[in-house]
Formats: sequence, structure tokens, C-alpha cells
Amino acid sequence: MERSEEAAEAGLSNRWPELLVALFLFVMGIIAVIDSIRVGIGWEEGEGPRAGYFPFYIGCILLASSGWILITALMKFKRAQPQFASWTELRSVMQMLVPLTIYVAAVVFLGIYVSSLVLIAFFMKVHGKFGWLATVITSIGVPLGAFLLFERWFLVPLPKGPIELMLGL
Amino acid sequence: MDELNNLMHGFSVAMTLPNLGFMVLGVTLGILIGVLPGLGGANGIAILLPLTFSMDQTSAIIMLSCIYWGALFGGAITSILFNIPGEPWSVATTFDGYPMAQQGRAGAALTAAFTSSFVGAFFAVLLITFLAPLVARFALKFGAAEMFAVQMLTFCSFVGMSKEPPAKTLAVMALGFALAAVGMDTVTGTLRMTYGVTELLKGFDFLIAVIGLFGIGEILLTMEEGLAFKGKSAKIQLDVVLKTWAELLRYWKTSIRSVLVGCWMGVTPGGATPASFMAYGLARRGAKDKDSFGKGNIEGVVAPETAAHAAGTSALLPMLTLGIPGSPTAAVLLGGLLIWGLQPGPLLFTEKPDFVWGLIASMYLGNIVGLIIVLTTVPWWAAILRIPFSVIGPIIIVICAIGAYTVHSSIFDVVMMLVFGVFGYLFKKLRYPLAPLVLALVLGDMAESSFRQSMLLSQGSLDIFWANPLVGGLMALSFVMLLWPIVPVLKHQLRRRT
Repeated sequence: MERSEEAAEAGLSNRWPELLVALFLFVMGIIAVIDSIRVGIGWEEGEGPRAGYFPFYIGCILLASSGWILITALMKFKRAQPQFASWTELRSVMQMLVPLTIYVAAVVFLGIYVSSLVLIAFFMKVHGKFGWLATVITSIGVPLGAFLLFERWFLVPLPKGPIELMLGL
Repeated sequence: MDELNNLMHGFSVAMTLPNLGFMVLGVTLGILIGVLPGLGGANGIAILLPLTFSMDQTSAIIMLSCIYWGALFGGAITSILFNIPGEPWSVATTFDGYPMAQQGRAGAALTAAFTSSFVGAFFAVLLITFLAPLVARFALKFGAAEMFAVQMLTFCSFVGMSKEPPAKTLAVMALGFALAAVGMDTVTGTLRMTYGVTELLKGFDFLIAVIGLFGIGEILLTMEEGLAFKGKSAKIQLDVVLKTWAELLRYWKTSIRSVLVGCWMGVTPGGATPASFMAYGLARRGAKDKDSFGKGNIEGVVAPETAAHAAGTSALLPMLTLGIPGSPTAAVLLGGLLIWGLQPGPLLFTEKPDFVWGLIASMYLGNIVGLIIVLTTVPWWAAILRIPFSVIGPIIIVICAIGAYTVHSSIFDVVMMLVFGVFGYLFKKLRYPLAPLVLALVLGDMAESSFRQSMLLSQGSLDIFWANPLVGGLMALSFVMLLWPIVPVLKHQLRRRT
């Protein structure tokens, strides 16, 4: 199964993703343990367990389990591994992840309405090959609908940027 | 029969016109959420939760739980018509549902799926109606140590029953607990693991994690699969429905078996997904013509759908009675209860009977409403799926971003949503289970405080967890569950030696 897939299409093996994710979990364990020791893991006379008491043991479990995953990943590092994803698949994922990251950054600076408009228009035009009319209607319609639903009916303010400020919204 | 009286009272609460309206709205939204990739029961409810803060509590929970039923129904539509499981628990439905649709029996497959879902949910609600008050009454006697033992059992059963590697289950669970501990310590007020970052003071909200892990993560997975919807169109005619119903009666044994599997997996936090696979496997093993499975056997639709709904519904039993959710979606509902100031658990039954019985009554009504809606509106949902992903994808992202922001009106949460989304994708690909992470994040504070309370009671001695047969039994069962994955390894070793 694994080999036939590799023969069918080249891609990224599980080797590095497995290792890096386990390493990330291990580092999170270290962070939890260090900070728990800082706030105290012992017993406070008359008060009971200190703030770090519970997270310390959680951190230890995290260290042990991710350490185990790390060791097994290292032990079979040289062996043939199942495929994580083929390069074509990874490219499709990136086609979503890159615009998504830019979108989130844009929400921070421009607010949610303008960013959403651009995101939807980008996908419809570049990936969907839609005509201008459909693109314009959808990309303006969705943020406008969100505006009416949240700000007008439910009175929940959404993040706004300099452009909405200029329009006096 | 106390329960029946209470239930009748519950019906009078749930049967008001606005509540029935919320039911229809909830089920419709739920089906939409279930049909669209990237929006599921858990994160769909998480996104809509902030909108219900201004609503009446009972109406809000009725609408939210109906979204859940709707999502359970919706998952079947995409699996059968498009071979794309809208929800993880409908993967097993694709095995026989899609072949049936290809053979031109889409109507029969859909009717079978919806009816089985209804049957599964109905029996699970019956179970809740009669068992929940008993469990709640029993749990009233629980002290901190017993509470912690139950929580311990919940988490250990994840390790014991999950299909994913036990070390990975344990790791994400610990990660969830660690993330839950970030921020202000509820007992002493000490700041933990914030490392001076002000945004971390309020800690990680599990709603953000759910939207990221299940929403954004799912979108990335969908992109990887390179979605091209090539589906069968479907209309359900009345005579097909009636004929299928007559046919379904023959599979009563499969239904009962699947209901039992589902209820068991739902109450113990196995969840709907393993339940559906297990029921499918059992149905196949018990059938005379094993070869017809996977080629469009209607029994292969009945079994997983019944079990998934029974599990999804009975997951609410431990949530209501013990405050321990049996599934990520139940966890989000629990989070909602906490935000509304309702502490789920045994006291809820005595302090807020209107709320509890209104909810239980709405489960009966919601599933009937759901069955009618899905049977009549299937063609529309199928049409929605023909909208290309290049339109649906970005819109779902916008909805997720709005949902993440509205939880605390915090931009930082939108960034965290992206981070959780990337990890959701990585975790899924590397077979880390997501449910224990979410549950640990929700229950983290509760588990910690019950643990610390027990420690205070016993002055730091762990003996309190063996002090009486109940707590000792629960703890022993937890350790059995925790060590369960080792059993096959030991067996293998023994066999090699002899």
C-alpha cells in the first residue's frame, strides 16, 4: 500500500512531520514543567497544593508520551515510511494556507470586512475562474450580510479597520 | 412514574411556538453545517454560541442541540450522494451508501440512513429520559474524589478505546490539560505559563481550539483531497420511502445491535465515529451474504447510521448528569451551559428541572422535526454541494474567523484559530486524535479543582482515591482502561514464548 503510493506519486514522507510534531509537544512539556516549578509544585502549609502542583504532573505526562513518540520516530527514521502527502496534495494545501495566513494578518490590520471581500474575490477569480459579476456580487454580499446580521441584528461588533473608519461606520 | 410527569412538563416547555421555530431553524442550520465541508457539529455550534447569549437559555439550548441533530442527519447526505463524508462519523456510511446511489437507489439509501438515524437517536433519548435522573441522583452523593475518579475514567477510556496510538492519545490529552492551565489559576490567582504575554492572561478558550482544529483543519484536509463534487442527484418519492421502511423492518436485529453499540460508545466517551465503524463491522460479520457489503447493501447503511446517532445522542447523558461530555460537540454544548451560568451535573436536575426536561423533550421533537425536514428537502442540500469549493471554501473561512472573533471580541483569537487549524491538519495526518484534546481543554479546570479539593480533604494523601469501594472501583477501572493497549502486546509476547 505504502510503496505503491510512493511509486504512484512522489511526496513528503511521515519522517520529518512526525519528528517535528513530537518535538513540539516535548517542548510544550518542558514549558509546562519549568513554569510549574516556578509557581511551586509543593504543598503550601494551611493552603493546600500550590498552583503548579497539577500542571507539573500534566507536563510530566506530556514529556513522557511525546518522548516515547520521539524515540519511536527516531528508531524507525531510516526505514521506509508511509507518505504524509504527495507534492501535488501539499501544493493544494498551500494554495489555501498561504492566502489564509495573509487573510488572518489582514484581519488584524484592516478589519474583517475588507479582508473577507478580498479573500472571497481572490478565490473565485483565481481558482474558480468566475466572471466579474458573480465575483463582485458574492464577495460584497457575504461581508455585507455578516455586517447586517452581526452589527445590526445581534449588536455584536466585528473588527473594523481604517477603511470602515473613513466611511464612518 | 416521575420521569413521565417530568417529561410531559418538558414537552409543555419545548412545545411553545417560538421554541418550535428555533427547532426548525436549528435543524436547518445543522443540516447545512453537516453538508458543508469544514463546518461540523462541534465548530458550527461553537461559532453560533455567541449569538445565543442574548436568548432565553432554554430556547438557546434547544436551538443548539437541534443544530447537533441536523448535523448528524446532514453528514449522511454527502456520504451517500457524493461519497464525501461531511462528518467523520459518516465515513462508514459511504461504504454502502455511495454504491447504492450509483445503482440509482439514492432515494432508498437516504431514506434508510435518515430513518436509522432517527431510530438510533430515539432509543438514545429514551435511555437519557429514564437513566439520566437515576445517574444524577446517584451522582449527588459524589464528593470531590469520586468526581475526579469519573473524570479520570473518562480520559483513561480514551487511551483504552481509541484506534489511534495510545502514546499520541495521551500526548494530545496532556497538551489539552496544559493549555487549559494557562492563565490565572482559579484557586490561588497565580499566573501560570503566560510568560509575560498579556493575551495569554485569560487562557486558551476551547471554542477557539474547536473552530481551528475542526474548521480550519478540515478545510486544509479538504483542499488536499482536491475536491471535485461529482454527485448523484436525488429526489425522494413517497413510495420509495414507504417501500424502504417496509424493507428496514427486516433488519431489526442489526438496528438493535447498532443501538446498543452506539449507546455504549456514547456514554463512555468512545464517540460516534468508532461506534459507526464498530456497528458496520458487526453487521457485516453477522450477515449471511458478507460479500454484498461494500457493494450497496442497505444493511451497511442502517448499521453505521443507527450507531452514530445513538452515540451522538447518548453522549449528552454524561454531560447532563455528571458534567462530563461524551463527544467534542457535547463538550461545546457543555461550554455553552457554563457560559450561561448553568453548572451541568447532578444538581442541574433538581435546580433547573424546566431547563433539563425542556431539553430532553426537545430531543424527541427535534429528531422528528429533523426526519421530516431531511426527507423533504434533500434535493436542495444536494444542490448546495454543487457550488464549487472556490466559493464555499473562503466563505467558510470568513465564518470561522467571525466565530473565533466573537467569542471574546479578540483579534488574538483569530490568530490562534489559524495556529490551531494548522495543528488540526498535522494532528489528523499523523493520527493524533482530536477529541481528547478538546475534552481536556474543556474539563481541565474542573478536573484540576476536583483533584485539588480531594487533596485538601486528605491532606495530600493519595489514599483518598481508594477510600471507599466506589471511588476505588472507578480508579481501578481507569487503570484497566489506561493499560488496555498493552494487552495485545503481552499476548503476542506470550504466544511467542510458548
